[in-house]
Amino acid sequence: MFKVIRDLLRYDARFRIAFIFLAAVVLLILLSTVSPYDPNKSFVVEMDTPPSLEHLFGTDSRGQDLFWWLTFAVRNSLFLGVMTAIISRVIAVLVGLIAGYRGGWIDRVLMVINDSFVVLPVLPILILLGFLLRDSMNLFLLAVILGLFGWPFDARLIRSQVLSLKERSFTRTAVYSGTSGFWISLNEHLPFVLPIVFATTINNILWSIGMEVTLSILGLSDLTTPTLGTALYWANQHGALVAGNWWWIAAPSLVAIILFLGLYLLFASINEYIDPRTRLRMIGG
Amino acid sequence: MQKFLIRYLIPRIIQFLTIIFIGITITFIIPRLAPTDPVEAQISMMVARGNTLDAQSVASMRTALTELYGLSGSPVQQYFAFWGRLLRGDLGPSLANFPTPVSEMIGQALPYTLALLVPALTISWILGNLFGSMSSYYPKNKALNVIEVLGQAVRPIPYYIVALVLLVVFAFFIPIFPFSGAYDIGTRPNWSLAFIWNFIQHAILPAATLVLVGFGGWFVGMKSLTSNIISEDYVVYAETAGLKKNKILTNYIMRNAMLPQLTGLALSIGTIFSGALIMEVVFGYPGIGMLTLVAVFRNDYSMIMGIAIYSIIGVATAVFIMDLLYPLFDPRVRYQ
Repeated sequence: MFKVIRDLLRYDARFRIAFIFLAAVVLLILLSTVSPYDPNKSFVVEMDTPPSLEHLFGTDSRGQDLFWWLTFAVRNSLFLGVMTAIISRVIAVLVGLIAGYRGGWIDRVLMVINDSFVVLPVLPILILLGFLLRDSMNLFLLAVILGLFGWPFDARLIRSQVLSLKERSFTRTAVYSGTSGFWISLNEHLPFVLPIVFATTINNILWSIGMEVTLSILGLSDLTTPTLGTALYWANQHGALVAGNWWWIAAPSLVAIILFLGLYLLFASINEYIDPRTRLRMIGG
Repeated sequence: MQKFLIRYLIPRIIQFLTIIFIGITITFIIPRLAPTDPVEAQISMMVARGNTLDAQSVASMRTALTELYGLSGSPVQQYFAFWGRLLRGDLGPSLANFPTPVSEMIGQALPYTLALLVPALTISWILGNLFGSMSSYYPKNKALNVIEVLGQAVRPIPYYIVALVLLVVFAFFIPIFPFSGAYDIGTRPNWSLAFIWNFIQHAILPAATLVLVGFGGWFVGMKSLTSNIISEDYVVYAETAGLKKNKILTNYIMRNAMLPQLTGLALSIGTIFSGALIMEVVFGYPGIGMLTLVAVFRNDYSMIMGIAIYSIIGVATAVFIMDLLYPLFDPRVRYQ
């Protein structure tokens, strides 16, 4: 593990940048545990002061210190992303393994549903859901909802892997020695599929955090929980740009950009690393 | 021709209908899973907002809402009634602008969204493919490498934040573009040259957002597709034959990598449409996205439902049309 990270740090510039960005994000998340302010309390500091040494990102119209508030926001956003990814991964792996291994009409039915979910515009459906669940919305519920919509692309990817694994001799050996289909999928195929699952997890986290930002801006997520999206929502509600409080918009945007770029570059770098051909090219082999 | 019909067209039509069927069924099921009674919640919300509604219009609204949510009769009856109304194109009245039909308001907003989305999508697809294939054919070109890095840097950022940054930079700090709307306040849409110019000025930043975010994806996709093609025998042969480099690039390399990208375009229309919705909110652009925002803030349930249904049908149709156009680009489908 450490050797892999060391190699990537040495040979891949993208991984270096991702490493720095994500280290900054982790630092922010760790800092949230020592925050001097409670993110749920407002009017604890002076309102609308621009960034200074005392308030690194300035303060907002609700009397909160933006820097410390954002440490909670980035923590919650990332938590949401990881939760969504776990839920949608379980569905994607199940659908992918079953469709790929069983084939036949099960495969056809699952893939028709799968392809429909790929094509469907998710946002309008999520808006409808968010609108109806507005009063009971919380981060966990949002993660479940996003998880239910975030799997189809990856399920197809996993299925196509399983389709080729199925033709390998070890699968046949397992079948002839009487191993059940369930066990073959779990023991023989899943380990091969895991690297892709890992790479797509990062992509899914990105998608989920982005969706949360989108829904929050429409006022459809849990607005009392600090997240990157609700930070922008409250800034909009208080007319931050019109009032000239640019830092209220700039600070969450900056944190979001660092988080998104960090995760995306990590995804791109790992995706190439998983493929042995590009890995060799990278280290000049 | 008959073979084409059976092997190509009919599966596409089935897929098209399945997407709509699944999408509409989801929008049918969702309100029934919601914990609260949507009709009463809606009415009490409207009353609480201080709307002066006489008893008769409350009653008619209750009937309309019960109809709209399709809550009369057994679930199976409800389901068929729901489809019946959809097929008649009747999505009920907007609750916030009672009694204007939802379809009419969506019809007014849709041209704005399409006027942004279609050109922006086309431009980002063409530019991404062009630069992507150039970058794998001329790997040492510095300018192309810079473009790649920039494209990749913007790609993962959510539409909303890219739009916000563009707005702040190019309308706030360097005020060269208008701040919001689709045209100046006070002018009325018409076909005069001055208005069209005004319209284009307003559309540049929103369109740029869509182009910038989309570009990186097409770029990477094309680059990885063409990286295998450039070492194919026929490309090497064309080079030995002394063909012009540009000709090899467009006719030999891009042509062969275009088809997966076209499929990719069809598959991502839904995602890009979603992005366009939220981008409109930043720029106050009067399309479907703004309609959604206003509907959410004014608790206009029927409008949100209508937007969801129209989006599903619209995106499915767009994908279907792309599928129908596909044989034009792929001779294998045409001649099989």
